[in-house]
Amino acid sequence: MGKPIVNYSKIHKSFGDVDVLKGINLDIKPGEKVALIGPSGSGKTTIIRMLMTLEQPTSGTILVNGENLWQMEKKGQLVPSDDKHLHAIRGDIGMVFQHFNLFPHMTIVENCMLAPALAKKNDKKEVKIQAVEMLEKVGLGDKINLYPAQLSGGQKQRVAMARALMMKPKVMLFDEVTSALDPELVGEVLEVIRDLAKEGEMAMILVTHEMDFALDIADRILFLNEGVIEEEGPPSELLVNPKSERLQDFLARFNKR
Amino acid sequence: MNSIMDISLLLLKGIKITLIVLAVSIVISTLIAFVAGLSRVSSNVLLNKFTGVYVEIFRGTSLIIQLFWFSYALPGLFNIHLGSDIWTAVIAISLNYGAYMSEIVRSSILSVSHGQTEASVALNLTKFQRMRHIIIPQAIRMMLPEYGNYLIQILKATSLVSLIGLTDLLYYGNIYRSTHLSEAPTVYMLILVFYFVLALPLIAFTRKMEVFSKKGVAQE
Ligand SMILES: Nc1ncnc2c1ncn2[C@@H]1O[C@H](COP(=O)(O)OP(=O)(O)O)[C@@H](O)[C@H]1O
Ligand SMILES: [Mg+2]
Repeated sequence: MGKPIVNYSKIHKSFGDVDVLKGINLDIKPGEKVALIGPSGSGKTTIIRMLMTLEQPTSGTILVNGENLWQMEKKGQLVPSDDKHLHAIRGDIGMVFQHFNLFPHMTIVENCMLAPALAKKNDKKEVKIQAVEMLEKVGLGDKINLYPAQLSGGQKQRVAMARALMMKPKVMLFDEVTSALDPELVGEVLEVIRDLAKEGEMAMILVTHEMDFALDIADRILFLNEGVIEEEGPPSELLVNPKSERLQDFLARFNKR
Repeated sequence: MNSIMDISLLLLKGIKITLIVLAVSIVISTLIAFVAGLSRVSSNVLLNKFTGVYVEIFRGTSLIIQLFWFSYALPGLFNIHLGSDIWTAVIAISLNYGAYMSEIVRSSILSVSHGQTEASVALNLTKFQRMRHIIIPQAIRMMLPEYGNYLIQILKATSLVSLIGLTDLLYYGNIYRSTHLSEAPTVYMLILVFYFVLALPLIAFTRKMEVFSKKGVAQE
């Protein structure tokens, strides 16, 4: 099935003396859609934040395209990565946050243009054309000159996705991107993600509580519990015939709601 | 009635110095505030500590004593002459208010939501790009109302320069009073009015900035 685009091996992470992740091993194949589920506080966010370089693992390695993310070679020795090394590697990763984190002082088209323009991916005119196209794709073509404060939560989250997509990441991370939204706005955001998933080439890791949605688009589901991946498999199997008692409990609690 | 006219004409002579000291001090103290404020949030420990000491020294002593130091003590002690009296005044005021204002630069930068930094990292901006395009523009919006208040304070502080011999508004008022003792109330009433009129544009600026700064900032 080809080389993994992302590989976690023996990843541990503690905050102070709390061990949050206790040995995560994980391969993500190019284009694969993986849903990450588990109780709140189990470390789902931490797992993807380490890949986005927002959090440093306590031990273990993460490879992106075969390259060591958190360590680099210097005079024949492995040392912690510096900014330059992280900058060179994390271009392949993109992330959408629970609370959008749009830049409030810029219009939404400027939000989308900033990073590609600074990275000189294209000249400014070309970047603007692409940004407008991207905003059209998420259904906001008529709002490009508005500021984030003028949008609904669902619209903000769609801008955040367009902005992340502008950098053409090979892996996109979604951290409970609908959980800060009013229920009636969740659908429009999931719709955009579903379309992206169908396009196929970009790998996705989705932290989500939307089980139906996970069942629908994920190639694989990981159940995280107490710092380890307790169970994993294709959605039809894992959600329908959970093996571990903990996953059964977890799903039962969900179905009750 | 006649004396009001006379006094006003005399005070107008002093306005020039007041305005020059005000304008140049605003420019220089703003520059100092940014340099010091950015140093205070930098990860360079030496720079950070050094600036911290500067800020505490200048906030911890009064402007009037700093004025006297720059104009009388430094020349006597170290043979340091800061040029004309105007420059001495401008430098003392700028260092003093630069220290105060660097604190609003620092705290504004620190109060831009951490999510903004995280989004910048996720978009692979460099540290410099993140400061330049995301953090500082939002910090400036946040600091503007307080910045306006400091400008008004700088205007008021300029009235101290007559104590080191500059011929500003207050200086001319005092001159007039010393020869027309009975008209002291009129003199100081007019001086109040003059300072208030000078402050009006700064007050208007501050109000405007309060409205402006409410837009376009992500705060924790
Ligand atoms: N920066 C941090 N400092 C201290 N503790 C943290 C930090 N980030 C996360 N944690 C802790 O790590 C655990 C896992 O957090 P998180 O990855 O956010 O879980 P999840 O996303 O599954 O709800 C939680 O107990 C949380 O309190
Ligand atoms: Mg989380």
